[in-house]
Amino acid sequence: MSEVVVSVRNLQTTFHTRVGPVRAVDGISYDIGKGRTLGIVGESGCGKSVASYSLMRLIEPPGEITGGEVLLHGEDVLGLPDAQMESYRGSRMAMIFQEPMTALNPVLTIGYQMDEQIMRHTGLARKASRERAVEMLEMVGIPSPRERYESYPHQLSGGMRQRAMIAMALSCEPEFLIADEPTTALDVTIQGQILELIQGLQERLHMSVQFITHDLGVISEISDDVLVMYAGTACERAPTQALIDGPRHPYTVALLESIPRLGQRASRLPAIGGMVPSLYELPAGCPFQNRCPRVTDECRAARPSMRALAPGHEVACFNPVTA
Amino acid sequence: MTPLLRATALRKHFPIRKGLLLRETGRVRAVDGVSLEVRQGETLGLVGESGCGKSTLGRTLVRLYEPTDGSLEYKGEDLLAMRGERLRSMRRHIQMIFQDPFASLDPRMTVGQILAEPFKVHGACPPGERQDRARMLLDKVGLKSSYLNRYPHEFSGGQRQRISIARAMALNPELVVADEPVSALDVSIQAQILNLLKDLQQEFRLTYVFISHDLSVVDHFCDRVAVMYLGRVIETAPKDELFASPKHPYTQALIDAIPRVGAGKRKMKAALSGEVPSPIAPPAGCHFHPRCPRRHDGCERDFPRLVDVGGGHRVACNLYEESAAVAQPRSQPIPGLGART
Repeated sequence: MSEVVVSVRNLQTTFHTRVGPVRAVDGISYDIGKGRTLGIVGESGCGKSVASYSLMRLIEPPGEITGGEVLLHGEDVLGLPDAQMESYRGSRMAMIFQEPMTALNPVLTIGYQMDEQIMRHTGLARKASRERAVEMLEMVGIPSPRERYESYPHQLSGGMRQRAMIAMALSCEPEFLIADEPTTALDVTIQGQILELIQGLQERLHMSVQFITHDLGVISEISDDVLVMYAGTACERAPTQALIDGPRHPYTVALLESIPRLGQRASRLPAIGGMVPSLYELPAGCPFQNRCPRVTDECRAARPSMRALAPGHEVACFNPVTA
Repeated sequence: MTPLLRATALRKHFPIRKGLLLRETGRVRAVDGVSLEVRQGETLGLVGESGCGKSTLGRTLVRLYEPTDGSLEYKGEDLLAMRGERLRSMRRHIQMIFQDPFASLDPRMTVGQILAEPFKVHGACPPGERQDRARMLLDKVGLKSSYLNRYPHEFSGGQRQRISIARAMALNPELVVADEPVSALDVSIQAQILNLLKDLQQEFRLTYVFISHDLSVVDHFCDRVAVMYLGRVIETAPKDELFASPKHPYTQALIDAIPRVGAGKRKMKAALSGEVPSPIAPPAGCHFHPRCPRRHDGCERDFPRLVDVGGGHRVACNLYEESAAVAQPRSQPIPGLGART
């Protein structure tokens, strides 16, 4: 594997609620190499977004990072003083979101917001920063970037806003980008444009990318490795093709079977019965036990931890599906 | 055979009014001349990107919106001419399921009240029997009948969608227009709801109009597909035919853009540049021509008609217009288009 840029070790994020602590992320670990893309896939509430916010240290009370390490080139960012973390955000690690308006300030122009970030992180003067911002807007494929620099976010379409947010996130050339469902709200042809853009920029800037999505098709086409999450835990991690061709965790198997695929003719989809358990009332043992066709007493008694079944292929399951 | 529902040159425009006098300053041409048939027992998929008019068309088909122009026939009868009691009784046969199961259920009504509402409105069942019928409906959609006294907020998205489906089934409809019924749901729940809709279709011989932006779901679920772009149907064909040999450059791009599981990591190549133009001032001629990789002289002038290229496959594109009889494109396909890189 190439040089490891990001290494997450046993990350744990807890929300202190009225009913007690809820482990939204419960001990996940992974590495991302230079220039590589890790896809994190899972259904609503599986903790994939909370994990990403945790990496950026954007968790606010009642949430709290309660354990683990996030190493950026070996340095634990969870232990950094706030001021230093602030200088890392945007310049060394950046994040883009599903809904660009969560990241853009509606009352400031796109240009103003970009300048603010560029001047802060690079120390460029306003004029030079402006040139840089316009250059970035052009690089992400926004037509007439000079005019758009003066625009307010609401004056742009959804796809263009997404591009503007990407331009802003990448304006200081971070080495690590977290993309949280960046194409989920977009139409499929616009999604193609944005994915092409992220890939192109990744190549150009040699970024490592953590790409979160619920869409297995997108994961399959853009990531090198995949982490599957369920109810706050990691259940399988593998190189993308190995995971798609030979999933070992019963949840991954079921997830892959339940999606309609183009050209596949079946009158019924093999659906996963039941629902994701509430994080408030997780069963002891494996969180997938109540929906799992392979469940045994062992699964009810203890939670399986990740173990390697093949090089680079890890599964948290006592009875993995045979390859 | 008379189709169950036939729309002819259907239009739905929304006026844009400005100023003190609310003068009409423009029109959103949400649906702009759509002709299509829905046949008894089939599932017709309506696909397209945001703003293509598929939802407006769905709502116009059930007369939630009054069309601006055009005609609508239900079993050969003029649906738009119906008034009063006749229209009310017709409405029992046509139901709708919405995308957002959080917005389409009244939060202050219990599930029992929600499901009894259709009976109340249509006087369809004596008040004493309504709760029993509601229980049966819950059972049909796979929910416990003990849920009758609960409120919508106590349910997950998938369960709420089941309640919406139960409500739509209450009056034994013939036609159900489902507007993105699984788009807000997680994939594992999506499969459950699609299976439920299939089961109900078989049991009650339902006809569906299934509106979706997700072509993989449409490919799985529908029998025939109509592709929309800026208020018009630009291509319609039986599902297998459409996905195997899409004719319209837009449909080709749309199918090409679907991320596929197991295709392997690839260098993404956007199938189309640009965005859908505004339906307030759609481009002249073929609405798609500013983004079309195969446009030629005349596309910005001539408005293509839907022409039959054989086998129930109809396409509105100038490439096929003149040579409709032989079903050959006028020019050679551009290499790379439609092919995966």
